[in-house]
Amino acid sequence: MDITSPDFKDNARRALADVPLQEALGHVRKGFIDKRRKAVDALPEFDALRDSARDIKNHTLAHLDLYLDAYEDKVRAAGGEVHYAPSAGEARDIILNICRQAGAATVTKGKSMVSEEIGLNDHLAANGIEPIETDLGEYIIQLRGEAPSHIIAPAVHLTQVQIEADFRRAHSQLDADRDLSDPAALLAEARAMLRARFLAADVGITGANFLIAETGSSVIVTNEGNGDLTQLLPRVHIVLATIEKVTPTLEDASQILRVLARSATGQDATCYTTFSTGPRRPEDPDGPDEYHVVILDNGRSSMLGTDYQDMLRCIRCGACMNHCPVYQEVGGHSYGWVYSGPMGAVLTPALIGVDKSAHLPNASTFCGRCEAVCPMRIPLPKMMRHWRRDEFSRRLSPATVRWGLGLWAFFARRPRLYHLATRLTIRVLGRLGARKGRFAWLPLAGGWTRHRDLPAPQGKTFQQMWAEAGRGK
Amino acid sequence: MSGRDTIRRNIRKALGTTGQEAERKAAVADRLARTPAGIIPQRGQLPPADRVALFIDMAEKAEATTERIGEAEELPEAVSAYLRAHNLPATVRTGADPLLSSLAWDRTQIEVQQGAARATDVVSMSHAQAAIAEAGALVLSSGPDNPTTLNFLPEVHIVVVRAEDVVGDYETVWAGMRDANGRGAMPRTVNLIAGPSRSADIEQKLQLGAHGPRQLHIVIVG
Repeated sequence: MDITSPDFKDNARRALADVPLQEALGHVRKGFIDKRRKAVDALPEFDALRDSARDIKNHTLAHLDLYLDAYEDKVRAAGGEVHYAPSAGEARDIILNICRQAGAATVTKGKSMVSEEIGLNDHLAANGIEPIETDLGEYIIQLRGEAPSHIIAPAVHLTQVQIEADFRRAHSQLDADRDLSDPAALLAEARAMLRARFLAADVGITGANFLIAETGSSVIVTNEGNGDLTQLLPRVHIVLATIEKVTPTLEDASQILRVLARSATGQDATCYTTFSTGPRRPEDPDGPDEYHVVILDNGRSSMLGTDYQDMLRCIRCGACMNHCPVYQEVGGHSYGWVYSGPMGAVLTPALIGVDKSAHLPNASTFCGRCEAVCPMRIPLPKMMRHWRRDEFSRRLSPATVRWGLGLWAFFARRPRLYHLATRLTIRVLGRLGARKGRFAWLPLAGGWTRHRDLPAPQGKTFQQMWAEAGRGK
Repeated sequence: MSGRDTIRRNIRKALGTTGQEAERKAAVADRLARTPAGIIPQRGQLPPADRVALFIDMAEKAEATTERIGEAEELPEAVSAYLRAHNLPATVRTGADPLLSSLAWDRTQIEVQQGAARATDVVSMSHAQAAIAEAGALVLSSGPDNPTTLNFLPEVHIVVVRAEDVVGDYETVWAGMRDANGRGAMPRTVNLIAGPSRSADIEQKLQLGAHGPRQLHIVIVG
């Protein structure tokens, strides 16, 4: 997909003025947060499970090469094939080849953010193979030619009225007078439209929430049942997953499962948690004849051993974006690529380069809610600060910002001068603003005063008051 | 260099390892052999009767319907009554499960059809090998006894589980599978199922019956 992350500021400005988008984003603020809170409060061990889940991922990442070896051996032993793709392009080619060898005309797909990351649908379509998204949210955005705006709720940026209009346009063969005025009718129509596609597809492609090294199983965690029909009905099942999805054992996956659904949708467990191990066995009456796993790196291995390694613990629950005051206002598309919200602000620079995405780690109030709710205890604000540092040290930030920071740094390194300058500044500002008590306009502070008044300083600086209270001694 | 080797080399370079260190290998082999359990919530750690009660609570919270019968022999009448009450056709698709096959379906009007699910099937019936109380989830494994398509294609899924097979937690299920299949081996598909299929993709409003069953009815035997 096209990357518009460099245009984050323009994207955000448009999003703030987009009335239907703002209405749709209201559902994020209302729905996800309360549901998660209730599920978490009902499980006394939740925080202990977060620690356990974090430790499992840290152990796995430290031994990732060896767990990949163990996983691969088990998949092969179960009759499956493992393919490795260092880059997005290699993953696309591997999948296209498997589809071609299967003589595929249509391919059904379960929801997979990794397939968005590698631009799989466009590649298949350009080569004459029709990809069909089967998750309801993904189906809707495929009809609209859009990218997902949320990692677990791809169509969360849309209102019911917009979706109804899309269905009337896309399903023009149906009765124009039919009633589509409630979500149940829309869901029933999508179910009916997709049923035939499930049955006709030659290949099914899913992602994976876990790849279990102990057993060689891929695991999907879903609610609609579309992922299961996708991997069960076609002759060929392809799993597309990234290297950090490897998890040692069934017990380890169970620790993480207990925090995943609660953090994502506020469920104790999702409807369907499915473990798939190899192709259908000789005695099986159903299931795919071929089982392929495509393991993608695409920049993740170079995050190991760096300030950004902790991001590889992410299990894609979406809690950070649901709780983010910036995401709640600007929505996922403003971030300009596949991943949005705080997790996107950290992951996107690692995958596409901070030169193209430096606005993202800057689009944060550093309120810390993302880290507070992250089930894997990923220090997201700290990593956003690392990206800001990298941006500054690589001279990517605008000249005015660099000049301002340089000026501040000059004073910050000279405490006496700093104290003198701040004392003088607030004295002058205090006098100038004494009458109204605020400034509606101030040179160099236009970014602030355009939207609200700047209060005039009163009394002394903090440093002066601290010293007078004798606390500095 | 193959993709496999490129990825291995990049990981090892980033981690500062050769991949040959005995200590690292031992740590991995040990975890895979010992399969340590981690934190198991107290919620499911109950005596058998309370465990079944918790399972029923959790399954109903997940929008499944439940009923209990005393003996497996009562199942044909129970299923028959359920189908009538919900105005469903008296045709049920099921696998070759020994428990389900042994029952006297000919005492009822129900026509039992065996095999994998077809697109036109409305009602299917499976026998779950276990249920997990803490999650309200049924455990179903693929194979001729309980084909996986029964769990997803029909509109109504009836699942039978014995009260003695209701366990407290996930870990007990994994231990049982290792006993049955050997360590590191799994049936081709293992489904954990908590409630009927659903979606909240439209304005966060929960709708039951997405692409899988619209109704999940659980019959607990014993």
